[in-house]
Parts: sequence; structure tokens; C-alpha cells
Amino acid sequence: MGAPTGTEPSSGNLIARLWGNEETRSVIIQIVTLTVVFAVLALVVRNVAINFATLGKSFSFDFLFVPSAYDITFSPFIDYNSRDTHLRAAVVGILNTLLVAASSIVLATVLGFIMGILRLSSNWLVNRMVYVFIEFTRNVPLLLHIFFVHGIIITTLPPPKQAMNIADTFFLTNRGFYVPAPVLEAGAGVVVIILGLAILCVIGFWHWAKQVQDETGKIYPVFWVSAGVIVGATGIAYFVMGMPLSWSIPALKGFNFKDGMALKPEFLALWLALSYYHASFIAEIVRGGILAVSHGQTEAAYAVGLRPNRTLQLVIVPQALRVIIPPLASMYLNVTKNSSLAIAIGYMDVVATIGGITLMQTGKEMETMIIVLLTYLFFSLLISASMNWFNRRMKLAER
Amino acid sequence: MSESNTPNPNYEPGAHPDWPPPVKTTGVIGWVRLNLLSSPLNIVMTVVALWFLGTVIPSMIEWLLINAVWDAENRVDCWKQMTFPGDPDYLSKELPRGWVQPGGCWAFIENRMSLFVYGFYPEPERWRVKLSFLMLVVAVLSVLWDKMPERKFFLWYAVAFPFLAGWLLIGGFGLSPVETDLFGGILLTLILGVTGITFSLPLGIMLALGRRSKMPVVRILCVLFIEFIRGVPLIALLFVASTMLNYFMPPGTVFDLLVRVLIMVTLFSAAYIAEVVRGGLQGIPNGQHEAADSLGLNYWKANRLIILPQALKISIPGIVNTFIGLYKDTTLVLIIGMLDPLGIGRSSLADAEWAGLAREVYLFIAIFFFISCFSMSRYSIYLEKKLHTGH
Amino acid sequence: MTANTETNISSAPSVDASEVIISIDAMHKWFGDFHVLKNINLKVHRGERIVICGPSGSGKSTLIRCINRLEEHQQGTIEVDGTELTHDLKNIEIIRSEVGMVFQHFNLFPHLTALENLTLAPIWVRNTPKAEAEEAAMKYLERVKIPEQAHKYPGQLSGGQQQRVAIARSLCMNPRIMLFDEPTSALDPEMIKEVLDVMIELAESGMTMLVVTHEMGFATAVAHQVMFMDEGEIIEQNIPHEFFNNPQNDRTKLFLSQILQH
Repeated sequence: MGAPTGTEPSSGNLIARLWGNEETRSVIIQIVTLTVVFAVLALVVRNVAINFATLGKSFSFDFLFVPSAYDITFSPFIDYNSRDTHLRAAVVGILNTLLVAASSIVLATVLGFIMGILRLSSNWLVNRMVYVFIEFTRNVPLLLHIFFVHGIIITTLPPPKQAMNIADTFFLTNRGFYVPAPVLEAGAGVVVIILGLAILCVIGFWHWAKQVQDETGKIYPVFWVSAGVIVGATGIAYFVMGMPLSWSIPALKGFNFKDGMALKPEFLALWLALSYYHASFIAEIVRGGILAVSHGQTEAAYAVGLRPNRTLQLVIVPQALRVIIPPLASMYLNVTKNSSLAIAIGYMDVVATIGGITLMQTGKEMETMIIVLLTYLFFSLLISASMNWFNRRMKLAER
Repeated sequence: MSESNTPNPNYEPGAHPDWPPPVKTTGVIGWVRLNLLSSPLNIVMTVVALWFLGTVIPSMIEWLLINAVWDAENRVDCWKQMTFPGDPDYLSKELPRGWVQPGGCWAFIENRMSLFVYGFYPEPERWRVKLSFLMLVVAVLSVLWDKMPERKFFLWYAVAFPFLAGWLLIGGFGLSPVETDLFGGILLTLILGVTGITFSLPLGIMLALGRRSKMPVVRILCVLFIEFIRGVPLIALLFVASTMLNYFMPPGTVFDLLVRVLIMVTLFSAAYIAEVVRGGLQGIPNGQHEAADSLGLNYWKANRLIILPQALKISIPGIVNTFIGLYKDTTLVLIIGMLDPLGIGRSSLADAEWAGLAREVYLFIAIFFFISCFSMSRYSIYLEKKLHTGH
Repeated sequence: MTANTETNISSAPSVDASEVIISIDAMHKWFGDFHVLKNINLKVHRGERIVICGPSGSGKSTLIRCINRLEEHQQGTIEVDGTELTHDLKNIEIIRSEVGMVFQHFNLFPHLTALENLTLAPIWVRNTPKAEAEEAAMKYLERVKIPEQAHKYPGQLSGGQQQRVAIARSLCMNPRIMLFDEPTSALDPEMIKEVLDVMIELAESGMTMLVVTHEMGFATAVAHQVMFMDEGEIIEQNIPHEFFNNPQNDRTKLFLSQILQH
């Protein structure tokens, strides 16, 4: 559409003409929208300023550097006590969030892939049983699952004095799951170095085996050789160095267990519930991805002489993974966000520390909420960016 | 050669009758062989599965139904009834040492039922809640049931329903007002869910269209909003609603917590709906836009008559999934102190007369959610099949 | 190439009448309760080319898919080049390496280039060194006349090119029998000729071929036998000239009248 060509001077017609022109109309709309948005923002800021003044509040992040005066019992990565600052408490919270999110992502992926593959099984019984489990898990809120698992741990497990005893080394109690903690002694460093060397050797072996296959066609059992080398080399080094790995076994002293490693009920409940809940969604993603590969692909592969396991490895899985990975990444983001339900059972993640206790103690609602929101936004952007990068690389070439 | 069919297999070309398949390959036997016993691995899996079911199912049924007690005064009464069934003197007996609860005490749920359904809504006014439930059923029916008589009238009714129900429940204009903090239980879940769904769908569609707009200002604003909402957990937004939102308002405004939460939940759901609808819009071939343009339809008419109906049809599974997610997420309000069924359940467990019945409470709420959510997802599958007109 | 209808290769002495390479005896197949193949008796000789036609649902695709065990038959026997087709996995593997198949929807592996599609099986099934496999693959790509597309992905090729790559892929395993399941039905008209040309060249080289198709010009040019199937049975089988000009069975006559109209 060209520029308006009339010569009427009256402003009413000018506006009508500008509105009728597509380009100027869009400019008008955008200007109006921006004005409205800024006006609302200005209004909000003004209200906040007035309300803060009335209540004697101030907007500052100074509270972060003041001692927090509360303890966080679950802090496996860094030391923390009540004399440390709120900022350090926030860091502990973020680390705890990452810990439970990462462990849930791992367990959920493993469970999800297993369930997804079982859902494709031709065995009707197994198929249906997994289906029932998935449907029941998906249709019940996550918070309920968390309470349920936490409740089981707290109420049905025995107290430490009558702990459920597995081989005198693992103890299941209502105060936590006590497992042996690895203690590295002198010489352990050598074993770790040998392990690293073994892994490097295996990677080298992969390259060499591929070259051999290209040149002579001979295929080596890469998987078994790799596994054998890593396990064998590390095992031999371990024994030669006099078994420099001992375990600190939990032992009951008084009312509780000392030594060993304690997986607290809050962590356990959150980890297990997050894992099996999201695993049921991952199962459907995996199943959908494998089904998305058309049956003709399997038929063509069989027709050309490929066996079922080679067909899976070379034809089905590469195509299925392309379909599975984007929704899988979204699911991982969901796991991270859902870990925020920690506050409901007292697990000290970032929401419970800085958005919970710190907020209550300092009354700094806006500042703490901003920190919480920014933390999660950062994680989301990270995962989204990785996924976009991955998608670009994997896109199947088209005309 | 053939074992089980007629002795003469030689027919004229084209005259061969249909024979039934060999017995071992079809019918019950064939099904069992194919699905359960087709390979050594399959046989092992079948055996393990049957063993698992054999140990779990009978004890589940025992606990849920056979040993369960449906009528009692308090938990001790309940427990004694199930330990000494049929004994008229059970109240005076003592529970043995190391006693384990053999069945579910559903009497507890019955006892608390009105709490679970109405929350603390004042008793004399509960007829208003019941009326709202009824009106909800009618509204839902009119939206979902194609062949409803006088459907046009009922669809307008469905549009007016949220406001009618709001007036009924909150009061004013002739009805005595009821404080929203008294709302709880299933009433609260339905208010949050229905309001969220009703208002987030149109808002989500607008956001999706805005995100695809050619006007950079509109597009960027929509993208920022959607990505912000989708990047943070709902609980953080609920905290914002309960702590921060008041500061944004002019001083002196009293802003109901329920209203604040409704706004947050709607905005939250709208962002997810926007992404689902955007995916649907992307699935519309360019030719549709071109055809609409060539027919002289402006932006709004083209979207309303041609683009959106197709996009929404494709998006139905995603939209229903988002609704189901929203419905489940309503349980999060217990963290900010509102009394949804799970919240009521948790506080009921604190009652000394009934403490220790967590299993019954959680199971009851789980079954409630399971029935609602499973029905919604089944309906979505049905709807998808019905509308599958060859996309 | 089309002028070759006169040379009529089917009269060339390329059929070894004594060597039966596929033998199907009293074969029946059911899909659930549906009796889809009824009393199939068929003998294919080395070098023979048979075109199978019939209305949709007649079981023609199912028949050839039984030969390389993409479908399982419930009764009767199928023998391919001396090996009987049973549940024995070893036999199935042997047969599949002798029999090549070309599908209606090409079924190329979209995540691999054309060359990689061809070399996949030789490398992973016959342990061929990569350079050798690629050399042989390029020869086949030249034979189907698209060597320049070797490093393109299937999504970048036209339908006709994809089908030719698919034919080359089957040929890379040096099969003795080639099965074609409606190879041109999914192609735009202008691409059918290029694929049929490749198939005719293949026929001239003496390959044993079973082709399910509606392309009757191809049948006339190249086939030794034309077979009509309907409702799971073989109704009629004859040399092309007799089949088209002198159909015996009423159903054959009906079918021919329907497809030869246009």
C-alpha cells in the first residue's frame, strides 16, 4: 500500500488515513501499546514506592550480607552455620536445588527409558501393568506423591534403634537411609589415575576399531572390550595398591547413627517422588519417539539383511533420539522447576531458604522473590539454549 | 499339508472358500502364545508379572475393601472394629502388641466429607455451593455435548456461568456475603480449575497470535511474558501473589487472596496454552493464510473463521494436557495457606482423634484426582478421534 | 527405451526352465480371522520375471512380503533357493541376503546420505571394508544413473531419485531375486519412466524379478508371466500376450476392462 495521496487538511481524516494504511496503523498500535505498558509500569513503581514508604520498608539487597541466624542441616557441599550470611544460605539453597534436580533427572531418565521400552513390549501383561502404573502416577498431583512418599518414610519405617538392616551396612530408618560413605586412603589417587588412563585407552580403542572396520570390514565387540578394560584395569590397580578404599559404615551410637552417609527423609522423598513421577512422562516420550520411526524403516533394514540389534543401533535409535530429545529437555526443565515443592516437606532448596526462612526473617519479600525468580529463569534459559543448539545440529537435511 | 481343514483343497480359481485359521494361531490359545509366551524372555516376564500381581493384588483388595471399616466414632473405634470383626464387645478389648492396621478406616473420610467438599463454607449457605456444582455440570455438558437441545442458549449460559457462579458463591447483591478464606476442599479446587481454564484459553490464544505478530513491539512483549512465566515454577508465582502483589496496588486496596491466586493461575496457564496454540498455528500451511487473504478476510476474520479452528483442532491434546496440569497444580495453594482438599487432609491428620490415617487421606484424594484427570484425558482422546478429519 | 516393446525381452532364452528358485506350495495366510492368502501354489525359475496384478486387497503385496519373511505364513511351505522359510532365524537370514526388496514408499534411511544408505548393509552384515563398499556402491549409483547424488540426503532428492537409490541399495547386497512392491505407485507421473527404465535394464541383465505393479506397459515389455490375483487367490497366469489379449477367467476380464480403459 502506498502513502496516502489525499490533500484534505482536517486532522480527523488524517487519522483515518493513517489507520487505513497498514504500515502506519501498525506503528500507531505499537506506540499505543508501549505507552500503555510504560504507564502501567510507572503506576506500579509509584505504588510500590508509596507502600514501602508507608510501611517503612526499603528496597535493598544489603540483608544478603547480614548473618542469617538460622541453621541448615542439609548442606552436603559447603560448610554453613547460623553465623554465615543470607547470601551463603542462598548458595546452599541453590546447591541443594541442583543436587535434587540432577539426581532426579538421572533416576527419572533411567526409569523412564525402562518403562517406555516395557510399554512397547509384546508381552501383554507387562505392557498393561506399566500402563496402569503410568496412568495412576500421571493423574495424581506431584505434591500428593511427595507427601505420600515422605509419609511412608516417616511413619512406616522403624526408628534408628530398630532400623531395617541390610547386611549390617545399609540401614533404613525413619530418620533417613544410612549408607556407607567411601573413604579414600593413601594410594587411592593412583587407582583414580589408572581409571582415567583406562578410559582414555578405551576412547583410543574406539577410534582404532572404527579405522579397522573401515579398512578391513572386521567388526570388533567394542562394548565388551571397553567394559572389560575399564573394569579390569581399575580392579587390578585397586588390588595392587592394597585396596585403598574403605567404607565408613554407619553405626548406631546412642539414639542415632554416626559415620557413613545419611540420606535424609526430605531428600529421599523429594528425589524418589520427582523421579518416578517424571519417569512416567518420560516413558511416554520414549515410546512416542520409537513409534514415530515408521515401520517401513525396520522392514527396509530387515530386507537388506540387518539383524534386529543392528537395526536398532543404526536405523531406529538415531531417528528416535531426534524425536525424543526436545521433549526430554522440556521434561528436565520441569523436574528442576518442580523441585521447588521442596518447601512443602522442609527440604532446604533455594525457595525454602531464601524464599522461605530468609523472607520471613527479614521481611524482604520483593528482593528475595526477585532472587528466586532470577535463579529459575537462569536455569530455564540454559536448558532452552542447549536444546536449540542441539536441534539445529540434528536437523535432517531437507530440500 | 493341512491338518485340520477339509480333505480336498482343490477348488476352481476364485472359488476357494474362506477357511478359519489354524487353532494354535488364533482365539484364546493363539493370543496367549503370541502375547505372553512367544519367546523365553517373554515367558520369564510373564511368570514374574503373575507372581507380582499374585502377591500385591489380594493384599490390596483386603486392605481397601475386605477389612475396611466404613462407620466409626474415632480411629480407635475404627481399628478395634477391623481387628475384632463381628464382635459386639469390641470396644472393651485391647489391641494386641505389634498390631498392624489390616484395613482402611474409611469412616474417617466419611466423617470429614463435608470439610473435604465445602471447606469451611458456612453450613446454612451450602445450598449455594450445591447449586453452583449443578450449574457447572450443565455448563460443561453444554460445551462438550454436541447434540444438546437448544445448544445455542446453553452456550451463552456457559459463557455467563463463571460470573453467575461467582455471585452465588461470594455473595452481595441480595445474597449474604461469604469470606473467600472460608472456601476450601473440592469447592476450592473447582473454582481454581474452572476459572483458570475458562480465562486462560482466550488469553493464551491472544498471546499466541501476538507472538506471531509482525509488529515487533507486540511480539517482543508477548515473548517476554511467555518465556518469563514458563521459566519459573508456579510456587514462586504463588508466593509473589501472596506477598508482593499487594505492593503493586494503590495503598489501601484490599485484594482478596483468592482473587490474587486466580489471576496468577490464569496468567500461568495462559502462557502454556500460548505455546501449545503457537505449535498448532505453525502447523497450518501457508496456503490457508493466502486463501483467507484472497477471499478478502481481514486479520481477525481470517483467524476466527479459518486459521484458529484448524489450529485449535490440532492443539487439542496439548490444550487438554495443560488443563490437566493446571488442575493438578491447584494443590500447590496449600503451601500459601489455602485449604484445597490436600491441605484439608493434612490438617485433619493433626486432629488427635484421627491421627495416623495418612494412607486413607492420601488415597482418597489420589482417587478423586485420578478420576477427574483420567476422565479429562480420555475425553481428549475421544475428541481427537472424532475430529480426525484427515489432517 | 520405450520403443523396446517390439524386442519383447520375455522371449529371450534367459529362463533356466529346470532351476526353480522360489517354490510355494499350498500356502495359506491369515490376518487374525481374515483368510488373506488361499492355497497359493507358485514356482519361479531362475531368471524369470513375473508381474503380479490385481485389485487392492487381493493379497499381492502380502504374497511377496511372505517370501522374505516380512510377513509370516501359517500353513504350507515356501522354499527360496533351496532353503525353507520357517521360524528358524538362520534360514530367514540366509533368505534375506538372497532376496532384495524395493518398497512403494522407498523407505530410505533419512539420517544417512544416499551413499551411506547403500554401504550400510555391506559394512555391517558382510563386514566389507569401507572403501570397497563405497566403490561398489558408486558403481550401482552409476548404474541407476545418479552418481552425482551420492552425498545428498533422501530429503534432498526427488521421488524418482529416491526410488532409484532404493533399488541400488538392494542391489548392493548382490541378491539373486528382486521383489518390487508397487515401486512406482507413489511417484509423480513424470518420474515413473526413469524408475521403469532402471527396472528394465535390471531385467535385461538377467535378474529374477517378482513385480507387483499396475504398469502394464512394463509387463508387456519385460515379463515372462503375468499373474492375476483376487481375494487371496491366484486366478490366472499366462504369458503377457495371451494374458492381455485372451483372458480366460471372468474376473480377469473384468479387471482388465477396468484398468485398460484409460
